[in-house]
Amino acid sequence: MTALVTQPAAVAHTAPAKRRRRPGAGRAAAHVFLFVAAFVWLVPLAWTVYTSLRPYNETVKDGYFSWPRTLTFSNFTSAWSQADIPKYFWNSVIIAVPSVIVVLLLASFVGYVLSRFNSRFNIPLLILFAAGNLLPQQVIIIPLYRIYLSIHLPKWLSSSGLMYNSYFGLIVINVTFQLGFCVFVLSNFMRSIPQEITEAGLIDGASVWSRYWRLTLPLCRPALAALGTLLTTWIYNDFFWATVLIEDGSKRPITSALANLQGVYFTNNNLLAAGALITAVPTLVVYLLLQRQFIAGLALGSTKG
Amino acid sequence: MATVNAQAPAGPASSAAGSRRRRRRLRTLSRRDKLVIALMAGVPLALDIGFIWFPTITSVLLSFTHWMGIGGLGTAQWIGLHNYAYAATTDPAFWPAIEHNLIWLGAFVCVATPFGILLAVLLDGKIRGSRIYQSIFFLPVMLSLALIGTIWELMYSSNYGLINSVLGANGANNAIDWLGNPKLDLWAVLIEACWRQAGYVMILYLAGLKAVDPALREAAVMDGATPSQTFWRVVFPVMRPVNVVIAVITFIESLRAFDIVYITNRGTNGLELLSTLITNNILGETTLIGYGAALGVVLLVVSLVPIITFLVVRLRQERST
Repeated sequence: MTALVTQPAAVAHTAPAKRRRRPGAGRAAAHVFLFVAAFVWLVPLAWTVYTSLRPYNETVKDGYFSWPRTLTFSNFTSAWSQADIPKYFWNSVIIAVPSVIVVLLLASFVGYVLSRFNSRFNIPLLILFAAGNLLPQQVIIIPLYRIYLSIHLPKWLSSSGLMYNSYFGLIVINVTFQLGFCVFVLSNFMRSIPQEITEAGLIDGASVWSRYWRLTLPLCRPALAALGTLLTTWIYNDFFWATVLIEDGSKRPITSALANLQGVYFTNNNLLAAGALITAVPTLVVYLLLQRQFIAGLALGSTKG
Repeated sequence: MATVNAQAPAGPASSAAGSRRRRRRLRTLSRRDKLVIALMAGVPLALDIGFIWFPTITSVLLSFTHWMGIGGLGTAQWIGLHNYAYAATTDPAFWPAIEHNLIWLGAFVCVATPFGILLAVLLDGKIRGSRIYQSIFFLPVMLSLALIGTIWELMYSSNYGLINSVLGANGANNAIDWLGNPKLDLWAVLIEACWRQAGYVMILYLAGLKAVDPALREAAVMDGATPSQTFWRVVFPVMRPVNVVIAVITFIESLRAFDIVYITNRGTNGLELLSTLITNNILGETTLIGYGAALGVVLLVVSLVPIITFLVVRLRQERST
């Protein structure tokens, strides 16, 4: 940097002409590269969509790699009814919605305490939450599985009577595992809110709770929206927890039910393609409508909020 | 809980007045306020300790025992380092799993991450269609890894898949069994993983690039720096925090690899990973709790490298602001 600054003015003078030519060629190369890469990137999905739209009989006769004679949505309707997809979607809703709300609430609690009160516990707390979030899930699964088997729950909370194989258990682990990331993001975000706002609350004699609930939390709406989008997608996409901690196939959320769908559709790739695309619909909706929120959430985690 | 650390370095602007104000504020906390603070921090902390750190520590302890999981914990026998010795010398799947995890890491370090960074750098400029390109590369990041595995099975299927059809290798004799051949399947699955990872890295890096002060870059260009000089000597060093995050994610994601492999063939036949060995210890036919825990500890120890790196860098950053 300093070397560049001290370069004589004469060099800077000749630079524009050189610059105008080189980016031209470079830009064309970049365009070609990006176009080819983007094309390759879309092939797997395009192939899935194409397969899902073709009748099974036709692909048996002509092969999958052939021009279409007819295109139909019938694979989607049969995939939907054959594999009981509405049930799995409902399982996903039962698990994802409470998980996201509880994570955001708990993480904003900790974020608030960490950002507004200085104590010698702040750093250890931050380390505990952040490190917990980075552990691979398999590190804890062996003891966790035994713990889930040994915790008894009342019948109204879990039909199996155990933490294992219950929606409640799955919600608890999803909440706990996502907490770290959200604590990290929200405490950073809250620290960027000027102290003066909560100080003003103090003069009016507001309690800690109302300073949190009425003054701080409403200002966190952008971060909460971004995190909410991110968490909904991540929890919806969870495969591991549900595969290990839910025994009953019919209780599994749709992402982990994907493994069973392959058996249900047998060797009918057209149905499998349609079924796979159906499971992608909620994430594709987020992708189309809330992409900016999702990316904002990721960015909050990687750069300083 | 909420006692002021008098030695806490106050920001240069606030100094004495600021810390005095803070102390005053804390003195006004009522008993009820203190209880609220304790609950707000305590409930999430209890969850985090109960369901993440307690199992982590238990995993370490269990790894020194032999326990079939039948009967109470009292039936577990202390066997010292035997589980680790068994992994290193007897279990035929252990070293292949380590090797596959390393190859996975290598593919992310050498292919997915550089490719993602390249995409981000190219798309950060005012190139036409940047938004559309970003959306395309980002699409796989939204999909679940289990779904990615399913989609790619349609690509790799030996008789019906697109790849063999294009190669003309879908006959009965010359079909390439991409996901069934133990020499090929790891590479086939790595393409799937990189397809997602590159987009992930791209989006994170783009966010970092956007946060770089444009004046810095303008200054470099004014001084006659070429685009690559501008990037390597000006932008890249400023991006240090994001670079660390990317490095950590690259490392962690390759240790976490599980879903794609599990949906493909449950992590067998050339696709063994540490994560699948551990999981098959629960879902598979033989349950050796102590041994599974020992494998978990191996994964834990390796994971501590990126985790500690991340924490050290982040905390240093906290202190400097």
